[in-house]
Amino acid sequence: MTGLIEWFQAWADASAIGWLTWNLILILLIALPVMLAVALIIYADRKIWAAMALRRGPNVVGPFGILQSFADGLKVFLQETIIPSGANKGLFLLAPIITFTVALLAWAVIPFDVGVVLADINVGLLYVLAISSLGVYGVVIAGWASNSKYPFFSALRAAAQMISYEVSIGFILICVVLWAGTFNLSGIVEGQLGHGFGIVNAYAFNLLLFPMAVMFLISSMAETARAPFDLTEAESELVAGYQTEYSSMAFALFWLGEYANVILMCALNAILFWGGYLPPLNIDLIPWFDIPGIIWLFAKILVFFFIFSWVKATVPRYRYDQLMRLGWKVFLPISLLWVAVVSGYLMLTRYSA
Amino acid sequence: MIQTIAFYMFAVVLITSGALTILSRNPVHSVLWLILAFFNAAGLMLLLGAEFIAMLLVIVYVGAVAVLFLFVVMMLDIDFAELRAGFVRYLPVGVLLAVVLAAQLVFALGAWYVGGVQLAGRLAPVDPSVSNIQAVGELLYTRYAFLFEAAGIILLVAMIGAIVLTNRPRTGVRRQDVSAQNGRRPEDATRLAKPGVGEGVEL
Repeated sequence: MTGLIEWFQAWADASAIGWLTWNLILILLIALPVMLAVALIIYADRKIWAAMALRRGPNVVGPFGILQSFADGLKVFLQETIIPSGANKGLFLLAPIITFTVALLAWAVIPFDVGVVLADINVGLLYVLAISSLGVYGVVIAGWASNSKYPFFSALRAAAQMISYEVSIGFILICVVLWAGTFNLSGIVEGQLGHGFGIVNAYAFNLLLFPMAVMFLISSMAETARAPFDLTEAESELVAGYQTEYSSMAFALFWLGEYANVILMCALNAILFWGGYLPPLNIDLIPWFDIPGIIWLFAKILVFFFIFSWVKATVPRYRYDQLMRLGWKVFLPISLLWVAVVSGYLMLTRYSA
Repeated sequence: MIQTIAFYMFAVVLITSGALTILSRNPVHSVLWLILAFFNAAGLMLLLGAEFIAMLLVIVYVGAVAVLFLFVVMMLDIDFAELRAGFVRYLPVGVLLAVVLAAQLVFALGAWYVGGVQLAGRLAPVDPSVSNIQAVGELLYTRYAFLFEAAGIILLVAMIGAIVLTNRPRTGVRRQDVSAQNGRRPEDATRLAKPGVGEGVEL
């Protein structure tokens, strides 16, 4: 196995074709497991949601119903793609593809273990911010191209919601970057080693960064339009929102893209504030530094996904003006103030030479 | 090799989508072509090694400005007959713009034939080992600190101006007061009454 990898790396260094092939293999190595994870996480979401509502959830297809998502996928794959006659055909078909592609793009900079990252770039966090700001295009274009009222309202809501929360997310990320001193995601994870009282590997145990960790969790729910902020698809007001006119595979692409985004946001929560691929404690009582980092990262992603599902199952949906109030009048001032507080603290302690 | 291919790909798509921004009939399509043009410009920046500028281009222009563009343009009521009528009316202005651009191109080409600009003559040569963000930061907060802050103040004034111009006192709006809602007790809202037969209650 290692021989094969070395041979591939030598080929990648030697020729352009080799470089291209090697990178394509690496991209598939990330994209395919992410797709598989999406299928299983949809199942997990439905199971958690069902358990909290005292129901059984999917339990027919496969053992414990674990193959339910694959059965659903097969079903939508065999359905007819209906394009409304009044729709703008090209854009109508482009929109789900954009959503799906953008949801996969950001995984390029996520570090899974020490040095295990597709693109270890200096501006990793800016890249994530840039890609996540593209997610809104799929929704907006879908809403406009459907040429129908409810999808259009949903598209307008989505555009306003994403822009509002991106502002505070940007400031929260700046707090983390100021503390870590780098935009590189691996660098941010390494900076958390023994950060909390010399024992805990997490920025969230820093008293100045903990409020930001909470705000980032809430903002990431709003950014991915998950409950309680899923006003873009509020069924009591907008039928199914921007997906109203979509059917079969085009609908499934929205679905996959949405959940891939949710997993990505869970991964970002884990990486930025809870130590990413590091074990939770910096003590080697049991030899858990030997456990591969990817398992720690996965465990943390699952914990955050459980929180997402929990919130979805228990919290009632916000009203739109309340959503805007939370974004602009609560999160924005606090995060802006916090940038000043964090940078002031760092100027007084770390950089006062 | 790959750089050359990437450069020509980005450049060709950039110019094509730029042209289509102007040429497409539907304003929404125009904005979408403009977004594609921004993307390819960011790609060219990456090839130049300016990764920070490239990311900012995508975050600011594609992520925020173009979304708001799209937001506004989507709500336009498009009348294609009227659009075609406007083409003839604005033709003189368009021709004038084309002439100015052509003159600029001739000047630029002439200057290029005379010789390249000496890079060593730049105001602040950058050490190639320093990362992009650090280099920008070091210049922005030292040599250009005044200009940077002036730009910030201008933006702040513009923002306040926009708020002042559009803000008007609205009457008849029922605002939500969360603390008042939470401070309301059952005693404030309910009253136990025991009316006699045929008396009713006073509300």
